[in-house]
Amino acid sequence: MSDFVYDLIGLAAGVLFILALKGLSHPRTARRGNLLGALGAGIATVVVFFHGEIKNLGWILGAIAVGTIIGVPAARRVQMTQMPQLVALFNGVGGGAAALVAIVEYLNLGEKATTAVVIFTVFTVVVGCVSFSGSIVTFLKLQELMTTRPVVFPGGRFVIAATLAAVVGTSVWVVVALGTTPLLVVAALSLAFGILFVLPVGGADVPIVISLLNAFTGLTVAASGYVLNSTLLIIAGTLVGASGTILTRMMAEAMGRSLFGTLFGAFTAKPQDASGAVEDRPVRSGSADDVAILLNYARRVVIVPGFGLAVAQAQHTVRELADLMISKGIDVAYGIHPVAGRMPGHMNVLLAEANIPYDQLVEMEEVNPTFGQTDVAIVIGANDVVNPAAQTSPGCPIYGMPILEVSNAANVIFLKRSMRPGFAGIENELLYDPKTMLLFGDAKASLTKVVSALKAL
Amino acid sequence: MELTAIAVISIFTLSIFVGFEVVSKVSSTLHTPLMSGANAIHGVILVGAIIVCSHASTTLELSLSIAAIILATINMIGGFVVTDRMLEMFKGKKGADK
Repeated sequence: MSDFVYDLIGLAAGVLFILALKGLSHPRTARRGNLLGALGAGIATVVVFFHGEIKNLGWILGAIAVGTIIGVPAARRVQMTQMPQLVALFNGVGGGAAALVAIVEYLNLGEKATTAVVIFTVFTVVVGCVSFSGSIVTFLKLQELMTTRPVVFPGGRFVIAATLAAVVGTSVWVVVALGTTPLLVVAALSLAFGILFVLPVGGADVPIVISLLNAFTGLTVAASGYVLNSTLLIIAGTLVGASGTILTRMMAEAMGRSLFGTLFGAFTAKPQDASGAVEDRPVRSGSADDVAILLNYARRVVIVPGFGLAVAQAQHTVRELADLMISKGIDVAYGIHPVAGRMPGHMNVLLAEANIPYDQLVEMEEVNPTFGQTDVAIVIGANDVVNPAAQTSPGCPIYGMPILEVSNAANVIFLKRSMRPGFAGIENELLYDPKTMLLFGDAKASLTKVVSALKAL
Repeated sequence: MELTAIAVISIFTLSIFVGFEVVSKVSSTLHTPLMSGANAIHGVILVGAIIVCSHASTTLELSLSIAAIILATINMIGGFVVTDRMLEMFKGKKGADK
């Protein structure tokens, strides 16, 4: 295949990627968009075998088979609740792959590498390694294999600054002196920097970091495209880098956070606000019967689902409760916070999975003005998204995040497992409010009891 | 065909604007699938991994590039599959269209 035809097919794949991103931006075309992206990637992968001399063909096909055997079952079997950390992991391995590609090409070129190629190689290795190790940390946080709180240690910011300076310094060393050892030192330092850079980020802000690292990986792919002289990689990588940057900014806006505050907020927050120590104050807890009576005499009920609902796999039970209330003539709506769950839009996916009618899902801006006319707000497994501290307590990690103003409802019911604070690790004043009733226990078990109590009334 | 510097800069600059433009009006409902889809697209680094593997001459180069192919394949194929699963949930729910 001639270079011209090869590059033309590469361009076609690039156009498919643009159509894919465009399709993914609209609900009706999203699925088709994703398939177009897959088609583009598939075409690009197939044609590379028909261009130039291919050595090690057996190894290449074997490695693709191994990757498929690992990737497909992981993507198919993952619970929808754990999907964000899988995306983080996929992003991380992509960054790692880009870094490896750049290292191999560097080894291969040896003395022949031009200064420009070396600069782009170093860029790919640095950002790819940061994306790899940073994504692993976000995975560990989301999987709750490590603390979800911001990890800050004394002098942390100096350690981070020093590591960054070392990364930049050794990068210059590679460009000036060349050689494999300096490049591997850069890779190691970048891996360390990726870890240090994500550690201080609080659990609730992790999705923004994943999106940022996703954009980073895109840029590394673009840079490796320059090293390998591939237009396709430059186009695809830049598209992801640019759209990922915009998406990161939009996600941060939806959470009312600045990107800077997300990344460095832990260093400026007052420590007592982030402590999340469980206070010993009286709360009003009730039984399933109390909740059922309250609901029976309500005219309007708003259900606020959170990640705890999905963890307990209670989506179907909550739908049963909603259907029962509707059959009693009660006006029922779900108030969906843009970042309910672990990622923006995650809750919509989880509820859609349980066949909850889409017209009952009301977005935050629309549902907030209606809480004044709401008799009961039921908060199921959510905490941070209804925490008034976001409006009243400057300096707390979620300050400025728009919340669902459930405190304006006449009664608030919290279904909680325990008094443990939410994912962001902040105490919620609303739990101690006199109009709040707490129903402790597993969300699914509690809801089942409420449903049978309400049926009996 | 060696790319000239100006060609690279042009492709890069225009792609940035296209990337900004195509996602500028996405609703928050689709943030997660869009991120996941974009994530799968950068899995196209698989092409780069295949290219470096196809001219790897030492054992070190070969083993590193095989690792790169495995990782890139996981990123690409896994990414598209998981995005499709997410979007499957929205199937037939035209109410999502705004």
